[in-house]
Amino acid sequence: MLEIKDLIVNYGVITALHGITLTVPDGKIVTLIGANGAGKTTILRSISGLVKPVSGEIVYQGALLDRLRAHEIVKRGLAHVPEGRMVFANLTVEENLQMGAYLQFQPAAIEKEREYIFSIFPRLKERLAQIAGTLSGGEQQMLAIGRALMSRPRFLMLDEPSLGIAPLLVKTIFEKIVEINRERGITILLVEQNANLALEISDYGYVIETGRIILHDDSKVLRQSEAVRKAYLGG
Amino acid sequence: MSEFLQQIINGLSLGSIYALIALGYTMVYGVLRFINFAHSDVFMAGAFAGYYMSRGFEFTLPGMHKKALFIFKGLPQESFLAGSFVLLGSMAICAFLGILIERFAYRPLRNSSKLNVLITAIGVSLLLENLAQALFGATPKAFPPLLPSKSIHLGPLLVSTNQIGVLLITFVLMMALQYIVRRTKMGTAMRAVSFNPTAASLVGVNNDVIISFTFGLGSALAAAGGILYALNYQSIDPLMGVLPGLKAFVAAVLGGIGNIPGAALGGLVLGLVETFVNGSRFSSYTDAIAFAILILILLFRPEGLLGKSQVEKV
Ligand SMILES: Nc1ncnc2c1ncn2[C@@H]1O[C@H](COP(=O)(O)OP(=O)(O)OP(=O)(O)O)[C@@H](O)[C@H]1O
Ligand SMILES: [Mg+2]
Repeated sequence: MLEIKDLIVNYGVITALHGITLTVPDGKIVTLIGANGAGKTTILRSISGLVKPVSGEIVYQGALLDRLRAHEIVKRGLAHVPEGRMVFANLTVEENLQMGAYLQFQPAAIEKEREYIFSIFPRLKERLAQIAGTLSGGEQQMLAIGRALMSRPRFLMLDEPSLGIAPLLVKTIFEKIVEINRERGITILLVEQNANLALEISDYGYVIETGRIILHDDSKVLRQSEAVRKAYLGG
Repeated sequence: MSEFLQQIINGLSLGSIYALIALGYTMVYGVLRFINFAHSDVFMAGAFAGYYMSRGFEFTLPGMHKKALFIFKGLPQESFLAGSFVLLGSMAICAFLGILIERFAYRPLRNSSKLNVLITAIGVSLLLENLAQALFGATPKAFPPLLPSKSIHLGPLLVSTNQIGVLLITFVLMMALQYIVRRTKMGTAMRAVSFNPTAASLVGVNNDVIISFTFGLGSALAAAGGILYALNYQSIDPLMGVLPGLKAFVAAVLGGIGNIPGAALGGLVLGLVETFVNGSRFSSYTDAIAFAILILILLFRPEGLLGKSQVEKV
C-alpha cells in the first residue's frame, strides 16, 4: 500500500501541491484526474523522488520514501512511466529494455520479463534493433511501459499514457494496463486527462484541482457524479 | 608522393593525441553539458605521472633532500613492458584525479548555473597548473624515451617506432572505448544519462556513479594522450597542456561536441590539417589556422562534422 499524507510541494515560489492525502491499496488501479496544471505529474514525481516535498509523508509498504533519491526508489519496487514517455531516443529498443533492467542481475528473470513484455507488445520484438527515437508515438509508449516493467516493479505509475497517440492504439494500451494489473498483480497509479477512459478501467479515483484533492470515490461513483461529468467527462 | 604519405603519418600521430584528449571533453560534455577546462591539465598530469613512474617513482618534494618517496626499481628501461606499465599506471592515476576533480569541484555545483561551473573549471585548471609548478618546478623536464626508439624504413618512408606506437596505442584505446560505450552496461548507461538523466534515474541509474565513471574514462584517455605527446616531444612542463588542450577542444567541437566518434575524427582531421599547414609556406600560422577552422565550423555547421543538430527536448 502506498500512502501519501499532507504532501506539499513547491517549485521555487509556486506551490504546486497544497497538502495531498491519498492511498493506493495493493493490487488496485487508482487514477488521478484533473485539468492541465492541476498537479498530477507533480504527485508522481514526488513519489519517484524526482522532486523533494516541502512537507508531508510518502510511505510505501510501511517505509518512508521521501528521503530517498530516484534511483533508490526503483529498488523498492516502484516504476514510473513519465509524462512524454522519455524513452532513450538515442538507444535501440533492445538497449532501452536493457536499461529498464539496470538493477536486475539474474539473466533468467530478465529473460522471463522480456518474454512477458513481448507477449503484450509483440511490436517491440519486431523492432528490437531500431533506434527508439524513430518509433511512432504509440510504439514509444509501449517501449516506455516495457522499460518500466523490466525493473520488475510491484507498483507502476503511468503519466498520461494516451497523450498524442492514435485512438485505436490508446484502446490497446489501456487493455494492456488492465492486463498487467490483473495478471501480474501490479498496483497501478494512473494519471490521465482522458477521464472517461481512466475511470472506466480504475477501481478508485481522485480529482485534483490546483494542487488540492477536491473529490475522491470509487471510479463507478465518480463516473455518475454530476460535478465530474460536467468538468471532465464533457457533460 | 612519399613526402605526402610521410606527412599523413605525422599528421595522424599528432591527430591521435588530439583525439585522445578530445574524447574526454566530449564525453564529459555528453553527460554534464559543460566544458571541463581542467581536462588539459589532466593531460599534463598524465605526462608527469609517467615521468615519475619511469624514474622508478623517484620523487622529491620541495624542501626535501633528494629522498625518493617510493622506490620502484628493477623494471628494464625502454622495454615494451616498462612502457605499458608507465602508460597504464599513469592512466589509472589520472582516472582517479579526474574522479576527484568531479567529486569535489563540480558535483557540489550540480544545480548551479552553467556560468558558475565554467568559472570553477577555469579555477581548477589554474590550480592544477600552479600546483604542478610548485611540486615539479616550472622548468621543462626531459621525458625518457620509454619505448625502444628506432627508425624504420617502410619503402621510401621513414617511420619512428614512436609514431607506430602512438598510432597503435591510440587505435587500441579507441577500440576499447568503443567497446565500453557500445557494449557494456556502464557504457549504455552513459549514453542513457547523456540523453536524459531524469529518465535514467527512473530506471535505477545513479547518475553520480555514471558521471564519475565518465570522468575516469576521459581522464585516463587524456593521460594516455599526455604520455604519447611527451614521447614525441621529449619534454614536459606544467603548462604543456594548454595549447594541445585548446586544440583538442577545437577537435571535439569540429567532430560535434558530445559525439564520441566525432571527437576521434575531429582530432585526426585537425592533426592532419596542422601537419600539412606546418609543411607549407604558411607554417607560422599553424595555430591561427586551427582556430580559424573552429570559427568557420561554428559559423556554417554549429553541430560539427558528426553532430546532430540539437532538437530542444519538450
Ligand atoms: N519545473 C517546474 N517549475 C515551475 N513550475 C512547475 C514546474 N513543473 C510544474 N510546475 C507547475 O506546477 C503546477 C502543477 O504542474 P503539474 O505538471 O504537476 O500538472 P499536471 O496536472 O500534471 O498538468 P498536465 O495535465 O498539463 O500534465 C503547474 O502550475 C505547473 O505550472
Ligand atoms: Mg502532467
